Amino acid sequence: MEWIRQKLDQFKVPFNKGNKLEKYAPAINALDTFLYTPNHTTKKGAHVRDAVDLKRTMITVVLALIPALIFGMWNGGYQYLSQIQSEVGFMEALAHGAWKILPMIAVSYGVGLGIEFAFAIFRGHEVNEGYLVTGLLIPMIMPIDIPLWMVALSVIFAVVIGKEAFGGTGMNILNPALTARAFAFFAYPTFMSGNQVWVSEASNIDGVSGETILGTLAAAGKEAPNVTYSALDMFSGLIPGSIAETSTICILAGALILVLTKVGSWRIILSAFIGASVMALIFNALPNMGIEGNALTNFPWYQHLIIGGLSFGIVFMATDPVSAAQTLKGKWIYGFLIGFFAVMIRVFNPAYPEGIMLAILLMNVFAPAIDHYVIQANINRRKKRAVSASGQIKTAV
Amino acid sequence: MSKDIRIKRGLTLRLKGEAEKQVVEAPRSKTYAIKPPDFYSAVPKMAVKEGATVLAGDVLFFSKYDEKLTFTSPVSGTLKEIKRAEKRRIIEVIVDADPTDSFKDFGKMNATTSTAEAVRDRLFESGCGAFLNQRPYDIVASPEDTPKAIFISAVSTAPLSADIGFVLKDKVAAFQEGINALQKLTSGKIHLSVDDSSEAVLKGITGVELHKVTGPHPAGNVGVQIHKIDPINIGERVWTVGAEDVSIIGNVFLTGQYHPDRTIALCGSEAKDHKYYKIKIGANSSDLVGQVSDDVRIISGDVLTGTKLSNNQYIGFFNNTLTLIPEGNKYRMFGWLPFTYNNIHSHSKTSLSWLFPKKKYALTTNLNGEERALVVTGEMEEVLPMDIYPMQLLKACIAGDIEKMENLGIYEVAPEDFALIDYVNTSKLEAQDIIRLGLDLMITEVG
Repeated sequence: MEWIRQKLDQFKVPFNKGNKLEKYAPAINALDTFLYTPNHTTKKGAHVRDAVDLKRTMITVVLALIPALIFGMWNGGYQYLSQIQSEVGFMEALAHGAWKILPMIAVSYGVGLGIEFAFAIFRGHEVNEGYLVTGLLIPMIMPIDIPLWMVALSVIFAVVIGKEAFGGTGMNILNPALTARAFAFFAYPTFMSGNQVWVSEASNIDGVSGETILGTLAAAGKEAPNVTYSALDMFSGLIPGSIAETSTICILAGALILVLTKVGSWRIILSAFIGASVMALIFNALPNMGIEGNALTNFPWYQHLIIGGLSFGIVFMATDPVSAAQTLKGKWIYGFLIGFFAVMIRVFNPAYPEGIMLAILLMNVFAPAIDHYVIQANINRRKKRAVSASGQIKTAV
Repeated sequence: MSKDIRIKRGLTLRLKGEAEKQVVEAPRSKTYAIKPPDFYSAVPKMAVKEGATVLAGDVLFFSKYDEKLTFTSPVSGTLKEIKRAEKRRIIEVIVDADPTDSFKDFGKMNATTSTAEAVRDRLFESGCGAFLNQRPYDIVASPEDTPKAIFISAVSTAPLSADIGFVLKDKVAAFQEGINALQKLTSGKIHLSVDDSSEAVLKGITGVELHKVTGPHPAGNVGVQIHKIDPINIGERVWTVGAEDVSIIGNVFLTGQYHPDRTIALCGSEAKDHKYYKIKIGANSSDLVGQVSDDVRIISGDVLTGTKLSNNQYIGFFNNTLTLIPEGNKYRMFGWLPFTYNNIHSHSKTSLSWLFPKKKYALTTNLNGEERALVVTGEMEEVLPMDIYPMQLLKACIAGDIEKMENLGIYEVAPEDFALIDYVNTSKLEAQDIIRLGLDLMITEVG
């Protein structure tokens, strides 16, 4: 394998310091470091360093996304094919989904990484790996039939306005993937909501219907809702929805990878599910308090957790460390409020049947405020200690 | 009376090449050097010229801002060279050593019965003031100060660091006399922290408040102990002294002579004779390790906080450890794949190395990645057992926001407390460097 290294070193010569292509070095370095962890040694500080780096961390998240992605591809095909034919083969469904989804992923990575590389060259820093995750997340939370140019536009908006405008990776306030979805949601509502978009070809073929469970519940109002899916369907993911959000079990598999590798904060995941359960339980209790409620409030609390994008958002978006709260206590509060508001928005805002996107974006904005108060408590503790210490000295004198 | 300190957060790095518990007399170096950069913030002014003859204990240079703070020759001989770097900054004062030492006679003194003034003067004129460090800021102590307390850590938790109990086992009498002397310098207490090994040796020491410390690194860092025992508030000053240094101070009072004897652990996966060596402070590294190739890094100190030495450079003033590890200037294919390269230790769970908690590693100096923006949160807190938000403090230091740094506890930290953060953080941020710059800013702005 030594020859690959030698070829690479030869290829990199024009990009070295002082040579004419120097300013394009970040682009070439990004490709090089993808093949090889560089031979850089420690120059100051600790002489040895941990094996972990940002690439490893980000790739771990990508790994965690794979189960939900594969299931999403299969389910995308299955939801469509099962309505037009009686038997659906596994490969047939997977192929139909992949045919729809792989181009979206290609567009997302192509456009997003292009912008990232351009900014890295322009600003003269190395390419950050954050987009490896964002670029996969964006197609995974879109409806299956969304046109590719909309994906591209959403990506541009998310990366330029959502991330680079704030200074790039690590500085953004909002989760970039959700920024992309929010952009598409508000710019092209007909492609992002309603009951025609959640199953492949539903808007083209009359025989295919594709309403999400939340859509059914919201439409039912005070009537008894006609939900034809069992709780097991919801948990396993055999329901219509955004590409990868449907299968709670695959998402939990991803969550397990994130929690075991400590890449995702278990505090946020757990507290968000607690928050959602608490809100849903409060709504479930309304009839006991003499308030009639509606189909959404009376929907069993545990089923609230396994439909829509709630679990996907909690596991993969709320845990984004850059836009989440950064302190341990802050993470508990941040997660809880995300779950709490997600269910609240579902119930109170019929215009948006799913609330997790807005709940996370809302809490992204409030995360610095949560951290501020947690840190302020630490500061106050220190100041109080100083005051009591100086008091002791005075009395001693 | 003792108060137990149990540290939970931290990380004990297990490395290959621990020093055997066996003390060997090292050959006497031809030249010895005292390096002014070892005494942070002191501006040296030479007291003798090149070619002058000095006794062990004669002043080589002193602090420009306080003549009382002197730095004395570890051996007798002639001053060979004053090595300077850019802006004529003195970096090494090299002494050609006589075959045997002749000592400057300070006269014996009983620290317990002498006045505080006399003890203080003796300590600083013999050059022992150099062993005193001040917190906050982690700089040399000022001879005019009376610290709130003095802290001594006899706990070794840093990777491959010398076992302080073993180092001190024949120096208990001198150590006690050193404590007696230090008692005269402070208005408060002397806090001595011990682990299992040093407790066995030091439990009879009087005049100190003894603390038993258990837990992973950085439990042995004096800064962590101060934080748990009696944290530094704004406006307060404490001093810290290395454990073996206390016995050197004691020796000055017992013998009237300056004997800077250092027991140094030679360790690391690339070292050949993993033993403890008896040297004089300022000895040349080549006496212990000879000449090493470019593929080996000599570190004066431990792998987390030490300084890199080239061949024939001199061992640092305070270091009890000399570590040799391989340089990591090699490429690794697909190093970013999780769960691969498990032979490189990782605190993160993206490597399987956590499955083998007892395994010892031969780590190289490879950075294992490149510097990136701060993304991952929560990992720094896991290795800093203090009531301090490390990431926020680092950001305040980068921004130079003095009020925020003060609020977040800059006075309670030293670069060495952030050494493990250097090690574990995913973004390869140079935390020790940032804290040092932050402390420097505080010194110039606040004083």
